[in-house]
Amino acid sequence: MTMTELQERPSPVRQLEGVGNQYLTFLLAGEEYGVDILRVQEIKGWDRVTPIPNTNEYVLGVINLRGAVVPIIDLRLRFRMEQVEYTKTTVVMVLKVQCGNGERTMGFVVDAVSDVYSVGDDQLQPPPELGRSGDAHFVKSLATVEGKMIILLDIDQLVDLSVAAVSEKKQ
Amino acid sequence: MKIDVTRFHKVYFEESFEGLESMEAGLLALSEGASGDPETINTIFRAAHSIKGGAGSFGFGDVMEFTHLLETLLDQMRAGTRESSKETTACLLKAVDVLREMLEAKRDAQPVAEARIAAAAQLLQNILDMPAGATPEAPSIDEVDQSIWRIDFRPHQHLLKTGNEPIRMFRELASLGQLRVAANVSAVSRLGEMDPEECRLSWNLTLIGMIDEMQIREVFDWVEGDCDLNIVKLGSVEPLAPVATETGTRKATPNLELNETVTAGKAVSIGDGGSIRVSTEKVDAIINLVGELVITQSMLSQFGDQFDISMIEKLRDGLALLARNTRELQETVLKIRMLPISFCFNRFPRMVHDLSAKLGKKIHLKCSGEQTELDKTVLEKINEPLLHLIRNSIDHGIESPEARALAGKPEMGTVQLQASHRGGNVIVEISDDGAGLDLVKILAKARERGLVGPNEHLSKEKTEELIFAPGFSTAAQLSDVSGRGVGMDIVKRNIKELGGNIEIENRPGLGTKFTIKLPLTLAILDGQIVKVGDQAFVVPLVSIVESVQVRRGQVSLISGQEELYRLRDKYIPVLRLYEIFNIPPSVTQLEQGLLMVIEDNGQQAGVFVDDLLAQQQVVIKSMESNFQKVEGISGATILGDGTVSMILDIPGILNLSRQRRVSA
Repeated sequence: MTMTELQERPSPVRQLEGVGNQYLTFLLAGEEYGVDILRVQEIKGWDRVTPIPNTNEYVLGVINLRGAVVPIIDLRLRFRMEQVEYTKTTVVMVLKVQCGNGERTMGFVVDAVSDVYSVGDDQLQPPPELGRSGDAHFVKSLATVEGKMIILLDIDQLVDLSVAAVSEKKQ
Repeated sequence: MKIDVTRFHKVYFEESFEGLESMEAGLLALSEGASGDPETINTIFRAAHSIKGGAGSFGFGDVMEFTHLLETLLDQMRAGTRESSKETTACLLKAVDVLREMLEAKRDAQPVAEARIAAAAQLLQNILDMPAGATPEAPSIDEVDQSIWRIDFRPHQHLLKTGNEPIRMFRELASLGQLRVAANVSAVSRLGEMDPEECRLSWNLTLIGMIDEMQIREVFDWVEGDCDLNIVKLGSVEPLAPVATETGTRKATPNLELNETVTAGKAVSIGDGGSIRVSTEKVDAIINLVGELVITQSMLSQFGDQFDISMIEKLRDGLALLARNTRELQETVLKIRMLPISFCFNRFPRMVHDLSAKLGKKIHLKCSGEQTELDKTVLEKINEPLLHLIRNSIDHGIESPEARALAGKPEMGTVQLQASHRGGNVIVEISDDGAGLDLVKILAKARERGLVGPNEHLSKEKTEELIFAPGFSTAAQLSDVSGRGVGMDIVKRNIKELGGNIEIENRPGLGTKFTIKLPLTLAILDGQIVKVGDQAFVVPLVSIVESVQVRRGQVSLISGQEELYRLRDKYIPVLRLYEIFNIPPSVTQLEQGLLMVIEDNGQQAGVFVDDLLAQQQVVIKSMESNFQKVEGISGATILGDGTVSMILDIPGILNLSRQRRVSA
């Protein structure tokens, strides 16, 4: 593909002022969260999982993703939100996560996927001190896009802590 | 263009370690009296030379200097001016060790042990300084005074593409003596048609100095096969030695032979690390099978497009074909990971050599079945246990030469290492013709350590088993030789972890034989699928002793909690899997389900499950690659319907139930 072709093709991504990273956003209890789009491997519908014995409740189990055994984490449960019935829009986002000793593939159940945004660095602002909730470290920054607040997640933190939390529980 | 050479480091180190291994093997052969074989020395020399060359390109100056000393000595041996003596070989072996240390240090970017290197270098230098005449020899060509050499060097056109630079070689030649170079430009094409990557020049060189042919050939070592080379001695002050008269007719042929031996050596020895070398044959087989698979697939999808019931026969055939192709592909792919056990065996001769010298014993190591293939992971894990068993055999098994003479045995003891395939397993046998296990002594030791009660009577087999008991090895009874490293209990544990087992065959006075049975691969497991609640688990078939239906009255409760089942004359604890894993149960009455009797480390237990389903081979997938270790689970697998199923880790389950009992 030549450069001209690239430029002529209408970008599927809504270009906003400034060039920045692209984020895939999803909905969770009415709020919009975003993850770095380069981390997203695929998005698939919810399917039955095989539970893992004696793990934290937010680890729903594992699925067979084309021969790989991939754990599935319910983000609602991870954030200690109220559990809801899975519907037609419930999806599993399969993400590549950097975790201690290398890259892992994990699936995250969210209410629905929303959109893809380009967010410039100037649109980002650090999260305020969220002292009360322990989940504050997962929030990398906040962004305002089209008048909405988007919570950008640091997905590595999320998993690192979750793994630690599980082993703490076991000991 | 700037080339990042560091990315070639890995390959260089891998090849160098291989080279060191073949040097070691060659030197051991020399010390066992194969000194007459020039091929052996050639192989050693070539390995050293490659290491030196590589070190030069990567800027490892110290490695290059050290290897150069080594090479000089080897060169004299190769040229026949220095006989290989026991001392020389021992010194060379030491040098190989030091070289290995140096390369390891370079690889790990650690500082090298300067003192050791200097000492080893001094040792080599001492031997080099010793007049070669100290060993009986014919007048040699490198004592010749000034000689004149003519070298016709006609590179093939692709020489430059192989990364060789003639000017460097000329510089090296110039360092040997007085060099005159005449270039032949007749073959050079016109400027417009010239390809800068092609070498169309050839050269006539004249070299005068105290040089022998080997030194010149050495300069051209890297380009042989990429050029026509003719080296002729034009004359010298001294009358020619018989070797020298031959030189005129001697072209590249002897070197060609040499090349072959080196490649043959390479095929056998491969370094470890993260990569495997796979023969093209295996890769081709896979490509073929994938081709077949694609054909079968397209055939089947055609059926799908225009299906009618009359085609059912064809469809069935097609599916059978698909099944066969898939199975073959699976088998072939698994073979990629298979390596001959010689990778493991190759390291032992050196150890036996050193150890027997240290202990003053005469020991011969006999290996057979080195080509037996097994999984790389198994291979890596079996090395340590084997090493320990061999050490044990040398230390405790084989007696001193005097004792052997008294017992009427040959002074030279034999340790035999044998590998073979038997069914779906690999059998490795380590046997010695030593004294065998002293059962009386073992029993006394065990009593002393409280492993066996004072009045307890043990059968012969049970006593032999004692050497695997934790804490039994080490200490007074063992010397520092086998006391260090792993103990026999760890040997047994390692083998168990691999899913294998070890047996002893003891013949007092005649020797001991250890037989290790290993699975071919760790990637596949024979499993029994069991149902608990609405989940299916896979239990490794090797852990299951039997499955029994519980009848009322066979289970008793201790203190109202601990359930014991009477299995014939034994009482075994009952573990309810749904309790251990916190799964909502569908069967809680023992009479309605099944009790699977499992065994681990001699300990039996009954695992209560709802039902037994199919028995099948499953492919093991790691839970840790995307998640983390889960206690009681050794991995996962994908069943025929595409769902994931957990594989039970029997020792882990026993542990979990013990923890439950403690906390309860």
